[in-house]
Amino acid sequence: MNARRETVLWIAQRASAAVLALCVVVHLATMIYAIRGGLSAAEILSRTRGHLGWLAFYTVFVAAVAVHAPIGLRAALAEWLGWRGASRDVALALLGAALAVLGMRAVLGVFG
Amino acid sequence: MAAAPELGVRVWRGGASGQFREYAVPRRESQTVLDVVMHIQREIDATLAYRYACRVGMCGSCAMMVNGVARWTCRTHVDAVAREGRLEVAPLRNLPVLRDLATDLSVFFDRWERALGRFRGTRTRRDDFERVAPQSPARRAADAGIECIGCGVCHASCDVVAQNPDYLGPAALNRAWTLLNDERDAARAERLRAVAGDAGCHACHTQMGCTERCPKRIAPTASIAGLKRELARAWWKGEL
Repeated sequence: MNARRETVLWIAQRASAAVLALCVVVHLATMIYAIRGGLSAAEILSRTRGHLGWLAFYTVFVAAVAVHAPIGLRAALAEWLGWRGASRDVALALLGAALAVLGMRAVLGVFG
Repeated sequence: MAAAPELGVRVWRGGASGQFREYAVPRRESQTVLDVVMHIQREIDATLAYRYACRVGMCGSCAMMVNGVARWTCRTHVDAVAREGRLEVAPLRNLPVLRDLATDLSVFFDRWERALGRFRGTRTRRDDFERVAPQSPARRAADAGIECIGCGVCHASCDVVAQNPDYLGPAALNRAWTLLNDERDAARAERLRAVAGDAGCHACHTQMGCTERCPKRIAPTASIAGLKRELARAWWKGEL
């Protein structure tokens, strides 16, 4: 058992959860506000394209998801399927990378 | 309401693959669950295996499952737990059954060893006493968990223990927390490493079964949260 690695993962999980709590609230509030205002997709895109603030916000959001989800799944896989060790951690690192790549693809889609 | 003259008691008999057997026990005033079990063994069936010693909530040896809940039987009144004049008494959950109501507690105490639940001092008998301020934050944190009697109720009430056979469990982690807050103890870094990870404090789901059931009103969940914080602090300071 590597105490340092486990502790760092725990800190990363808690820190990313705190970031996500804020990001999810801002994201949902913005969506509800935009839809209730009757904005079309094209009007929303016209506001997000080239806006560095939204780019920074959603980049942080995606980074937090890419950190948070694999660590949470790590415990779930160990407890539910008994899957531990390097093979699980490699699979989860790939999952984290996939979440980061797909998430950033979407973010850049509404920015560029 | 007048007490029913007799209590219907189902008691686990045999090992892991045993079965419940039914006994009728006279109802008495202020009767405890341990009184009921003792009556069965002394008056009805002398072969019933179970443990107790002090009968006053100090030794921690009489814990059993009573109507599905882990309890110290010497301090559990029948009035408080009987359902419609019935009791079901079984060996503690999450431990191998030796026979009847006696479980193998080596599985429980081995985890205390793995969590370095043993004080390691630096002074010898030739040194003076160490002075510990009773009101210091560390000593108060240690005092909050120090009254553990090792009864195993928390271990039997923890679903993470049930799922993960390697998990150190609430009692061992609480013990490690009290030692970590003992300023005389010299095994801090080693102990922190022993309690980390998915067999240690990081596996706790904070379901608080241990805290809910502890007969000594200790909160092992708080101790485990303290271990997580202390590990984070130790990592930050480069001590891990």
